[in-house]
Amino acid sequence: MKTRHKRLAIIVSGVIGLTVAGLFVLNAFRSNLVFFYSPTEVLEGKVAIAAGKTIRIGGLVEQGSVKRSPDGLKVDFVVTDLNKKLPVHYEGILPDLFREGQGVVAQGRLQNGNTFTASEVLAKHDEKYMPPEAAKALKGGTFMPGNETKKP
Amino acid sequence: MHKYASPKFFYSLAGQLIPWIAALTAVLLLAGLYLGLFVAPADYQQGESYRIMFIHVPAAWMSMFIYMLMAGAGAVALVWNIKLAEIFANSCAPIGASFTFLALATGSLWGKPMWGTWWAWDARLTSELILFFLYIGYMALQASIDDPRRAARAAAILALVGVVNIPVIHFSVEWWNTLHQPASVSKIGTPSIHPSMLAPLLLMAFAFTIYFVVVALLRMRNEILERERHTTWVADMLESTKP
Repeated sequence: MKTRHKRLAIIVSGVIGLTVAGLFVLNAFRSNLVFFYSPTEVLEGKVAIAAGKTIRIGGLVEQGSVKRSPDGLKVDFVVTDLNKKLPVHYEGILPDLFREGQGVVAQGRLQNGNTFTASEVLAKHDEKYMPPEAAKALKGGTFMPGNETKKP
Repeated sequence: MHKYASPKFFYSLAGQLIPWIAALTAVLLLAGLYLGLFVAPADYQQGESYRIMFIHVPAAWMSMFIYMLMAGAGAVALVWNIKLAEIFANSCAPIGASFTFLALATGSLWGKPMWGTWWAWDARLTSELILFFLYIGYMALQASIDDPRRAARAAAILALVGVVNIPVIHFSVEWWNTLHQPASVSKIGTPSIHPSMLAPLLLMAFAFTIYFVVVALLRMRNEILERERHTTWVADMLESTKP
């Protein structure tokens, strides 16, 4: 074996070894690396959440669920992952992209194990980009952009 | 092969190519920006704000692509001891760092109006920030060792270790819940982006790639002169340009 072949073998096996090790580490940290939990994970107790701990939840804002108080910035809405629903209460300014049927990430505390009081609400958009005319044309068909059943 | 890899030959070849590729870069950039900012339609959700994508997405692609080239060139330099590969890897680092910074900065500007925040510690944003630190680390390590051959070897090993981060950046949006959207273009199946928006995006990506080639060639010529300043061909060349 020539020296340069040996060096090549060392480099290739080193990169492969490090990648595999890195993936194992990331897999071990998997649950700590998520940015938010889904309503199902929270409501079915799939993740351990200490009482009063600040967490983030994410999903779609349910159609027709947004209720704004007439006197101020208070807003109530329901976040769904199309399996479980979690009511959210929030007081503050919502991002421009916040709308029914769109993705949302809320940071705050779980109250009584079934409602969520948010201190910050972020809008999460999906990967679809199209002109409004194309979106309108698609809505006439079976496909509704931003509203189909998929992982939020 | 050895002729093309000799710094002297490469120096003059690059000098002849640069004006042409630079002109091509200017044309492609202007065409891409015009199509992206004026011709492409507004988005059905994000309106006009989505247009920052035509800078953000190609810059993010370039940040990862250049890193792979840099690590690849580092491996070639380690195995075959090719000086030109070391010089190429060194030239990649500042350009890649600039594209990473551009991706982070434009992403931040896009995040505030759309998401409602400048920054979030989600997996995609954090891994891209780590990529920026890897570039900075590469440049710092390379600059801290006086002997250029030893510096290039040490930096190449750092670059190869950092390759782990590239699949993490790419798949972060699939592996974990992130605030960042999933991939629109680089995914299996048809892109979820309208052809009228995809065309300027791909044109901008091509323009950025050619821009990278120009800047890399300029930087490589510079480093060749610096490394070979005591050789006769550099002395002869300087002699012939004297008035």
